Amino acid sequence: MQRVKLFNHFILLMGVFIMVGPLVVALMTSSHEAADIHRNGLSLLPGGHFVETYTKVLTKEGGFTGKITGLRMMMNSLILGIGFAVGKIALSMLAAYALVYFRFRFATILFWMIFTTLLLPLEVRILPSYEVMNTLHLTNTYTGLIVPLLASATGTFYFRQFFKSIPDELLEAARIDGAGPFKFFIDVIVPLSKTMMAAIFIIMFVYGWNQYLWPTLMTTDESFFTLVRGIKQILLVWVGSNIPDYNEAFALAILAMVPPVMIVMIFQRWFIKGLTESDK
Amino acid sequence: MAQINITNVSKIYAGGVEAVKSVSIDIADGEFIVLVGPSGCGKSTLLRMVAGLETISKGTVEIGDRIVNDVEPAERDIAMVFQNYALYPHMTVYDNLAYGLKNRGTPKAEIDARVAEAARMLQLEQYLDRKPRALSGGQRQRVAMGRAIVRKPAAFLFDEPLSNLDAKLRVSMRGEIKQLQKRLGTTSLYVTHDQLEAMTLADRLVVLNGGEIEQIGRPLDVYHTPASTFVASFIGSPAMNLVRANREGNRLHLGSQIIEADRLSSLPTDLTVGIRAEDLRLANPGEQSLTLKIGYVEELGAQRLVHGTIDGKQLTAALSPEIELGDTIALTIAPSRLHFFDTTTGKRLVLALDTPDTGRQAVNKLQAAIG
Repeated sequence: MQRVKLFNHFILLMGVFIMVGPLVVALMTSSHEAADIHRNGLSLLPGGHFVETYTKVLTKEGGFTGKITGLRMMMNSLILGIGFAVGKIALSMLAAYALVYFRFRFATILFWMIFTTLLLPLEVRILPSYEVMNTLHLTNTYTGLIVPLLASATGTFYFRQFFKSIPDELLEAARIDGAGPFKFFIDVIVPLSKTMMAAIFIIMFVYGWNQYLWPTLMTTDESFFTLVRGIKQILLVWVGSNIPDYNEAFALAILAMVPPVMIVMIFQRWFIKGLTESDK
Repeated sequence: MAQINITNVSKIYAGGVEAVKSVSIDIADGEFIVLVGPSGCGKSTLLRMVAGLETISKGTVEIGDRIVNDVEPAERDIAMVFQNYALYPHMTVYDNLAYGLKNRGTPKAEIDARVAEAARMLQLEQYLDRKPRALSGGQRQRVAMGRAIVRKPAAFLFDEPLSNLDAKLRVSMRGEIKQLQKRLGTTSLYVTHDQLEAMTLADRLVVLNGGEIEQIGRPLDVYHTPASTFVASFIGSPAMNLVRANREGNRLHLGSQIIEADRLSSLPTDLTVGIRAEDLRLANPGEQSLTLKIGYVEELGAQRLVHGTIDGKQLTAALSPEIELGDTIALTIAPSRLHFFDTTTGKRLVLALDTPDTGRQAVNKLQAAIG
């Protein structure tokens, strides 16, 4: 019994090492000076320029126009991530509600049509989507960044399965209690879906936070840049004999990780419940 | 308070399956009607049509002189108790009780008063702030009842409300439902597959089989004069013994064994004889008797169920545990206690000897005596 436990710990420790190791290296390296990194490579020890680098990254006005700060980028990423998650939840819940509770013709076919779009990644429809947004003059707006990606087959699918697990008697009891479709949705379905919503929120927030291609395409105005784009931007400054600001890139990468990690930590209890708990 | 008139109601599903076949029941104001039958007999479908949760294919349902075929469930002035309680899991007991009233725009003060009254009646007062998951099965059942009571509806509809409870709780909840219904005097329609529940709760019970009514009657009438072999085997525990027999004159041949009785001549020669297990008793020496070859015995404490065969035909007798048992036992039955059914249709055969009112007279006498 004891030996088995030891082995389990070993496996877990290996996992932790593999997962966290690179992050530690990034964090430690970010506290060195750029020149230092260029000379000595990555570092496992703190370098003493921690506060300095991070303050600079967050507040320095950089970029091509020299107007965008790390904070601004972080806010853009947050807007994108939260807008994404909230929008997707709202849209896919309503879609799933219609699919499960309203008997209209072709509901099953419609569901499978929505579901098969799961197989199509964003990249497949990125040019038509861009064209549409461009025609609507929505490039360089938050609306343009968020709205085209809101329809979510994954979310609709999860909510559909969840709604199907809610006993029919609840709907019938509500009908007898005089609750119409809208009231039933607000008073019963939404509160019951809390855990599911938390789970989808995490997945979609991280998905939105990590978007790279779409924001790159949609925004030319630097005030709409996201963190993920910012990291790339820093490393692009290969001008003359300049050493790229490795430390800043690492610092940004670490910063870019903080909000998703926090979201996961805050919501993890509901997250696990949402994905495992059936009805009740 | 209202009467319910169900007239020639049918339910035909899309595939052409007829789940309920032209059923008519008139329910008086304040009456407790139990729909009983095996699963798939259409009893729940019928109830759900009255509730408005299923559309009515044919016929009409009237609640208090108003035809409600096209009326929304919420507008029918009924309340329903579900088998799995269907409590809103995220609401407290109070909110569960109050939800229906809130949706109807009842003033807050009145909601409070009604919830408090229902909670007092059902002894739920100290649980009002709890969520359903923190309650036991019996308490959840009470909350479900409370949700029906607070509405003060014209009729209660119960859909197998006790099936999810354990046996002991079922018995006590059965008593509570009966008392509550008597006290409130609300017309009730109750669905169950449990014949014991049906017998104990009903003012009148409706036995359904294959979507059709087999018999409507007061519990003891149904018990004493079942209209068909189906009712005979469904109502009463243990089920009535049904034995194929041949009649010759006034003699019934059960295989090689014979029962003699008077005035059997109006019966067909080939028939099914029904014998209640509890009507069989030990034969005195010299009396006409049936010899039961004992197979196995079930001890119930107060009674002993003796299962065996009479000339190869299965038979169960309920005997006093004091009687000593050997390999065989001589049993007898009063001829007036015999039931006769047509072998092909299963319908009850009435003969001069048969006094369908014995049961009812006994009940009437008893009720008169109790007052």
